[in-house]
Amino acid sequence: MTELLRTDLYDLHVSLGAKMVPFAGWEMPVQYPMGVMKEHLHTRAEAGLFDVSHMGQVIVPLSAIDALEALIPVDIAGLKEGRQRYGIFTNEAGGILDDLMIARKSDHLFLVVNAACAEADIAHLQAHLPEVTVIRDRALIALQGPKAEAALARLMPAVAGMRFMDVAEAGWQGQTLWISRSGYTGEDGYEISVPSAVAVAFTQALLDMDEVAPIGLGARDSLRLEAGLCLYGHDIDTTTTPVEGDIAWAIQKVRRKGGAREGGFPGAERILSQLDSGADRRRMGLRPEGRAPMREGVEIFDAAEGGTMIGTITSGGFGPSVGAPIAMAYLPSSFREGDTVWGEVRGKRLPATVSAMPFQAQTYKR
Amino acid sequence: MKFTEEHEWLRVEGDLVVVGITEHASEQLGDVVFVELPEPGTQVAKGDEICVIESVKAASDISAPVDGEIVEVNDALADNPALVNEDPLEGAWFFKMKLEDMDQLDAFMDEDEYKDFIG
Repeated sequence: MTELLRTDLYDLHVSLGAKMVPFAGWEMPVQYPMGVMKEHLHTRAEAGLFDVSHMGQVIVPLSAIDALEALIPVDIAGLKEGRQRYGIFTNEAGGILDDLMIARKSDHLFLVVNAACAEADIAHLQAHLPEVTVIRDRALIALQGPKAEAALARLMPAVAGMRFMDVAEAGWQGQTLWISRSGYTGEDGYEISVPSAVAVAFTQALLDMDEVAPIGLGARDSLRLEAGLCLYGHDIDTTTTPVEGDIAWAIQKVRRKGGAREGGFPGAERILSQLDSGADRRRMGLRPEGRAPMREGVEIFDAAEGGTMIGTITSGGFGPSVGAPIAMAYLPSSFREGDTVWGEVRGKRLPATVSAMPFQAQTYKR
Repeated sequence: MKFTEEHEWLRVEGDLVVVGITEHASEQLGDVVFVELPEPGTQVAKGDEICVIESVKAASDISAPVDGEIVEVNDALADNPALVNEDPLEGAWFFKMKLEDMDQLDAFMDEDEYKDFIG
C-alpha cells in the first residue's frame, strides 16, 4: 500500500480534533467535532473553511491555449484575463476524464483538477502540451458561505470587489496568494492558493474569526449535492458525456456546431451530435418521498412493482439545508420534472419525484 | 443495564427488555436522519437485522440482541431521528422485546465491562 499524502494543514486538522480518513491518496479531515450536519449548516449560515490542498494545481503557458482547446471543449481562447471557467477533459468516446477549473492570469493559465485524477490529468497534459508546471508548494483553501466575503476582506479588502469567477492575486505576510471567487458548495466564497510557508498561519488567521469554522469532506459532499454539482467518479466519469451529465452549459457556442472553433476536441463528433439531438439519458435530480435516503447505487424503476430498471443513483443522501433526502440519477431523457419513479432501498420500492436542481438556491455574486 | 458488543443497551422493564444504542455508538454514527423500525408482533432471533439507522454518512443496522418478540417500537424516532444523537440512553429507545428466556441477558456486559470494551 502506498503511503497517504498529507497537506500542509495536516497537523492543524489533528489539533482541531478532525477525524482523518484516506481520500484519493491523501489523509484528509472528513469531519470535526461539530459534526457533518452542523458543519453543513454553519457553511450555509456563516463561513466554512475547507482544506482542498489535495486537488492538483497546474500552470500552463498562454502559448498552450490552442493545445488545451484540443483537450477541453471549452472557450479558453476567449477567456478574459482575470476570469475563470469550468471545464472538462473528454475522451475519444465523448466520455469525461475529469472536470476542472481554468483561470486566465496575466501570463499563464492556472488549472485546478481533482485529487483522484490529478496524476492522470497531468500525464494527459504533458503528453499534449509543452511546459506544464505542477505546483507542489502551495496549499489550497476554500472559504465558503454568506460571511466568507466579510471574513476574507478583513485580511485583504480588495477581495470584496471580486465577482463570481473572478481571479486575482493578493499579498499576505510578504507572500502572494492566488484567489478566485468560486467554490463547490453553491455558496458565495473563495478558493485561495496559499504558499506552503504561510499556509498554516493564513488558515489560522481565518479560523480565529468568529464566523469561520473548519469544515470536513463530509459536509463538502452534502453541500455540493444540494447545489446540484457533479462529483467526478460518481455523477460523471468516462462512461458519461457532458450532455448526459447535464453539464453541456460548460461548452460555449464557439466550440459547438457552427461556432468559430467548432469541435476539435476528443469525442467531438458524439458530443456535438448529442448537443443537436439530445442524449438518450440525462443526469436528473430526485427528491425521495419520506425520510429514507437513497444513496449511490440504488436502482431506479419506473413502477412500484415489476416494471423496468431505468437508472441508478450516482450520488444521494440527506440534504441538511433541504431537510430531506436528495439524490441524482441518470434517467431516460423522456422523464420530466414532477414524474414519479421508484428507488429500491433494502428490497423495498420507495417513490421519488424527478426534481429540478440545484436543490438549494445558489448564492453566487454574479 | 446491560451492554452488547454491538453497542446496544438493554434495560429490564417489568417482563420486557427495552433496547437502544449507546452514546458511544451514536457518536460514531454521526447525525442520524432516518430510523426504520420493525413491526410490533415480529418474532426475532438473536442476530436478525431489525432496525436501520441512516446517518448523514451511511446506513447501519441494529440486530436483535436476543430471541423474542417485538412488542412495542418508539414511533417518536420516525418523526425525530435526531433523538438518537440527543438522548440515546432514554428518549431514543428503539424497541421493547418480550424474551423467550430472561437468562439470555446474563451473557452481556455490565456498565464497567462495556466501558473497558470501548476503551
